[in-house]
Amino acid sequence: MGSIFNAQQVVNGLQVGSIYALIALGYTMVYGIVRLINFAHGDFYMLGAYAAYAAFFVFNSLFVGKTGLVAFFVLIASMAAGGIIAMLANRLAYRPLRYKPKLSSLITAIGVSMFLEYFFSALPIVGPSYRSFPDIIPRVNINLGSATISNYVVIDILVAAVLMIGLTLLVKKSTLGKAMRAVSQDKDAARLMGIDIEKVISFTFLIGGAFAGAAGLLAGMTYPRIVPYMGIQPGLKAFIAAVLGGIGNIPGAVLGAYIMGLAETFASAYNSLIGEGIAFAILILVLLIRPTGLLGEKIADKI
Amino acid sequence: MAKIKLPKFPKFLMAAVVFYLVIQGLYTTGIMNGYLLHIINQSLIYVILAVSLNLINGITGQFSLGHMAFAGVGAYVSGTITTLIFKINPSTPGGIWIFIGAILVGGLVAGVVGFLIGFPSLRLKGDYLAIVTMGFGEIIRTIFNNIDYVGGPRGLLGIPMYSNFTVIFIATVLTVIIIRNLVQSSHGRAMLSIRENELAAELVGINTTKYKVLAFVIGAFFAGIAGGLFAHLLQLAHPTQFGFLKSTEVLIMIYVGGVGSLTGSIIAAFGLTFLSEGLRIGIRALADATNLPIGGEWRMVVYALLLIFIMLFRTEGIMGTKESKLLKLEEVD
Amino acid sequence: MSALLNIKGMSHYFGGLKAVSNFNYEVPSGVIYGLIGPNGSGKTTTFNLITGIYTPTEGKIFFEDKDITGQKPYKIVQAGIARTFQNLRIFSSLTALENIKIAKHFSSKSSIASSILRLPSFLKEEKSTKRDSLELLELMHLANRADEAAKNLPYGELRRLEIARALATKPKLILLDEPAAGMNPKEVDELMNLITRIRKEFNVTIFLIEHHMKVVMGICEYIKVIDFGETIAEGLPEVVAKDAKVLEAYLGKRGA
Repeated sequence: MGSIFNAQQVVNGLQVGSIYALIALGYTMVYGIVRLINFAHGDFYMLGAYAAYAAFFVFNSLFVGKTGLVAFFVLIASMAAGGIIAMLANRLAYRPLRYKPKLSSLITAIGVSMFLEYFFSALPIVGPSYRSFPDIIPRVNINLGSATISNYVVIDILVAAVLMIGLTLLVKKSTLGKAMRAVSQDKDAARLMGIDIEKVISFTFLIGGAFAGAAGLLAGMTYPRIVPYMGIQPGLKAFIAAVLGGIGNIPGAVLGAYIMGLAETFASAYNSLIGEGIAFAILILVLLIRPTGLLGEKIADKI
Repeated sequence: MAKIKLPKFPKFLMAAVVFYLVIQGLYTTGIMNGYLLHIINQSLIYVILAVSLNLINGITGQFSLGHMAFAGVGAYVSGTITTLIFKINPSTPGGIWIFIGAILVGGLVAGVVGFLIGFPSLRLKGDYLAIVTMGFGEIIRTIFNNIDYVGGPRGLLGIPMYSNFTVIFIATVLTVIIIRNLVQSSHGRAMLSIRENELAAELVGINTTKYKVLAFVIGAFFAGIAGGLFAHLLQLAHPTQFGFLKSTEVLIMIYVGGVGSLTGSIIAAFGLTFLSEGLRIGIRALADATNLPIGGEWRMVVYALLLIFIMLFRTEGIMGTKESKLLKLEEVD
Repeated sequence: MSALLNIKGMSHYFGGLKAVSNFNYEVPSGVIYGLIGPNGSGKTTTFNLITGIYTPTEGKIFFEDKDITGQKPYKIVQAGIARTFQNLRIFSSLTALENIKIAKHFSSKSSIASSILRLPSFLKEEKSTKRDSLELLELMHLANRADEAAKNLPYGELRRLEIARALATKPKLILLDEPAAGMNPKEVDELMNLITRIRKEFNVTIFLIEHHMKVVMGICEYIKVIDFGETIAEGLPEVVAKDAKVLEAYLGKRGA
């Protein structure tokens, strides 16, 4: 039995980390812009998975045999579902409470999360049980020296990377990205500069939700089963990853997610119980030792 | 002529005694069936859970999201004592004392766990504290799921049915009285000040850390008692009973009732437990009548919508921060 | 006689930003001291450092000859230093009376058990706390507001309430952070009378941050002027007012 730190595990860790990264980005962007921990974020991931499932059956019968095309539309569907639900949640539940005490928003987010989970498990078409996810792209094993990996690993990492690069370009180069950064730093100043705050917030939710939806698709494909409660654990872990990296910090979320993915993979290989608990251990360590996270900045409270 | 003023404190006790006699009478004479009594028993246990959570969230303003985990500790510890160690059953002579002892030990262990979790966590701000308490709650649930001695994923079964209306009722009344007395005292005011403005509280000489931890420990203790009572009512303790979603149910109760109002927690605990049962029956009837597969999860959908509704339209819940006259202690002059 | 409050070489950095630099101050008992300076000069930070909200990066703070540097705020309050805040920090949904009672809590002796059991000793203490708190409210002309929720009080009365609450901790030194902020001229006069009265009736030393020059000149017996965290002048009010460096700090180079 070799060391747990072998290439196979590293690759697995990166795969898991990629999925966490997509989810964590949504958490961190929303927190950065409205200082809200959106408890329902993990459920946007779930919705993306279910939307992908439904979309697959639709598009597969429309474009029989054209795997690439089907996969593309399925990805779009998952991102659209996640993004739209996120925008709806913001518009209906979070926006009315924007200027009330933060705790109200937090509790409402819990309510939204509960609603989504139970609503979908109550719907007859969906149901509360696990459902297996179809192979949108045929599974193939790739040999890399001593390790054998599934092509899904490559897909997960690549899709995540492409989306993240897209996000970086958006945030750095586009006007909208600049507006997002402005609103994150100082809402009032941004408003005075003529930026429509609510539009920017809405857009942030859209992107965050879309990324979560994409993560749901990847997870559905990789694991491959879905259930309405599938968002709880990954949501929590991705949130911890965002905190680890520095909540509100976009590169931090990515960094935290990959660290989380790797840590979890190594820990599980060693002992499954420790694997389950490693995420919480990381959370507690971060909050006790360095609450601002690895890349976060101290926000000084004026007293 | 001097007017004799009855202190309000026995008023609550008197009302409680009346309530007890009425319910017990209705049950013993057969007018009320066992099912309704069972719902009342559950409501009372939820009163303990709601009031203890309100001490932490509503009175002291600390956002705890893992309250049911403490109940779980109480359930498993007391269940282990009665079922696995002493192996008692309702006909065991003197078993009632072992049961009471087990419940108290369950509460004490839960209190200790509350201290272990609270002490390092309570320096965190609102949302972070929420996540940490949620995380700890999940850790505890996972631990129970993985200890084979107490049944692991199957849960701890065969717990003797020692929780009856009398025992539960006494526990609930004691809980309400103790927490009410604490809140309406100098120490309670210290806790309120932390909720109102923690920095200012510290700057009038209040050891805020001590009081935050205290609220947590006392809240955890009573949650542990509630958990123990539950386990000996349903005759089992299972990891799924104590997870985050269950903690959220209690949270919904205190928000619907009015965070900071003990009266509100009592009303909401009864109201929501009955509503929950009513929904369960109603949904079953609807499913039978229409022959559609309407699942029990719709009950929780209603709960979730209720929470969102309260947050959007009446954040202060039913009672706001007010208490009914029955629970307001007399002002000392 | 050694000073009541003795600050030696206190400096404080927020990351790379120097907020307070080499602050030295000896405050003897019984005086009304003023701390003035332009916005952002480090005045409130100084108060935060004294009251333990921050631990100074460098330097030491002595109160009654005991080193209180880095102690937790509640301990410093219990040792005898109280303060009010620039942005009011009242317990809003509690009554005015409750606000005062809370400030008396740390000096109470009732245990938690005795309060739960409603023992006679506890009831007696509740009585005396209520009596003392009402007395204090009367002295501050707020007795009629005793049972009102604090959030319903007008601004001027809230400022008085916060001062009353600070006094309820029976301090030897009270730090007032811009007590005249937002007050009209009549209220300012009343405040000045109040502060002078408090000093006598409560036998308390007063350390004051203020922008209102009328207050500073009117009641402060000694002033320290800071800018960018550094002391630029100190002394009697009349002297400081004419100091060129002070005028420059407030009015800019050409205004002097």
